[in-house]
Amino acid sequence: MKKQLFELAISRSGDKGDGSNVGVKANSPAIYDFLVKELTPERVKAHFSEICLGEVERYELPNLNALNFILHDSLGGGGTETQKTDAQGKTHGLAMLHMELDVPDGLV
Amino acid sequence: MNDERIVRIANGQGFWGDSLLGPLRLVQEGPLDYLTLDYLAEVTMSIMQKLKSRDPNQGYATDFVLMLQRILPICKERGIKVVANAGGVNPQACQQAILHVIKELGITGMKIAIVEGDDIINDIDDLVAGGEAFKNLDTGESLDTVRDRITSANVYIGAKPIADALDQGADIVITGRATDPSLVIGPLIHEFGWSMDDFDKLAAGTVMGHILECGAQCTGGNYTRWREVEDFARIGYPVAEAKADGSFVLTKHDNTGGLVTEDTVASQLLYEMGDPENYLGPDCVADFTTIQIAQDGKDRVRVSGVKGKAPTPTYKVSMAYSNGYKIAGTLVLTGPDAVEKAKLCADVVFDRVALHGVKIPDEDRFVELVGTNVCYQGIVPAPEQPGEVILRVGAKGADRKALDVIGRELAPLVTAGPPGVTGFAAGRPRASEIVGYWPALIDKDKVTTTVTVKEV
Repeated sequence: MKKQLFELAISRSGDKGDGSNVGVKANSPAIYDFLVKELTPERVKAHFSEICLGEVERYELPNLNALNFILHDSLGGGGTETQKTDAQGKTHGLAMLHMELDVPDGLV
Repeated sequence: MNDERIVRIANGQGFWGDSLLGPLRLVQEGPLDYLTLDYLAEVTMSIMQKLKSRDPNQGYATDFVLMLQRILPICKERGIKVVANAGGVNPQACQQAILHVIKELGITGMKIAIVEGDDIINDIDDLVAGGEAFKNLDTGESLDTVRDRITSANVYIGAKPIADALDQGADIVITGRATDPSLVIGPLIHEFGWSMDDFDKLAAGTVMGHILECGAQCTGGNYTRWREVEDFARIGYPVAEAKADGSFVLTKHDNTGGLVTEDTVASQLLYEMGDPENYLGPDCVADFTTIQIAQDGKDRVRVSGVKGKAPTPTYKVSMAYSNGYKIAGTLVLTGPDAVEKAKLCADVVFDRVALHGVKIPDEDRFVELVGTNVCYQGIVPAPEQPGEVILRVGAKGADRKALDVIGRELAPLVTAGPPGVTGFAAGRPRASEIVGYWPALIDKDKVTTTVTVKEV
């Protein structure tokens, strides 16, 4: 069944140089295992194709049921140079949760 | 000996300009041993150098001193110590100002310490001659690219000098560019006698510092499930109940707003995270994949199990440099056809600026239509006909005066543009300096920190 990531996880984001980081914490260990498979760097890069101009890196934190993504070159120059409204990537966490996934029945 | 003591450490301000209510309520509304406050961002240091160059008594967080004026009587009464990186680029002036405030309040028997040695703006030539390259940590570029435009240069120093200051009896410790977690680790080293090569403990302190450093962001602020957060106005600021073994309980004072759950704490752990296995600090490398968190009653989360490694032989250096200017102004456009009219207005601004003889190259122009999902670009489709949009229009460039022409050609659109232009109440925008950020490394042997304690 198609579901938004909003129903599976919470998120937080902030700036990292000219990029941002997006942390995603799954609502359960089972959902975490599902997201490890589904939420690939390629998929995240495609989701943020008009925001993230660089590559996407992914780190796993199974202890927190969480994944951490680095979105390189996603702030329009970054730090003090950018003129974008969201100069620090504060909203990238919520942007991530808009992603739609094919979720197996019974997982949520 | 089994040390079961609990030391309570809080953070009341996460940045220069944060609410005064944080520190005030932390010292008033519950038990506390240490109040830490974080004031410094990269841009802040550059602004402070500029203030100091105009007035040798400036260059620190002046509102820290104003805040102290309000809380010091309570801190003195309850024995709460204050640790803050409010010294900016002028800890000595900050110390003098605090001594003055304490005398005015009629308080005696307090020791104020400053930690110096992080500010290397006047030593760069010597350090370069001595072999420090200060290559850009992100891009690898040579310092020569920006050498003559550097406006501030500070080393991210660690917790040891803060602990030393507390060992000398300081009630208030003021640093320059100490890392945020160091403000928390310093008191832990002082209280529990942790050794500087006990990397698991230092890593645990680093994790505590990371959770605390943005104030209410771990107690329900900026939390995805915001509807679960009660009483945002009186949101509780975080308090860590630390134990000698490095474990701690993250909580907040009773009868405050917000909430402390595994999810609110984990959210903050993920904030501004890079490689979680290698969280670099001046005193250790913390491994965030070893952190265990568990709910320990209402609004209490236990954090334990943190592992750390030896630190690198270098400190991080943060330099700021002057990198041209930027300007941006806003107008509000109402419908019908708000988007089309906003785009027209942006074009008209640049065309009129050109009539003044000022050319703004396309790549330096900036146009953003707030209300068309600019923050979710490519993710959430924009509404086809938003009832109103905010036009943000501006540019970057080397010529400040040329950019200011843009600021003068916004308001005229109210009478000389399409209908439905408003929202010009904030006045005429002006160009401001772009402060470039230059991260680098420095050999630890090249940095000497000092502690100076004064008593009233």
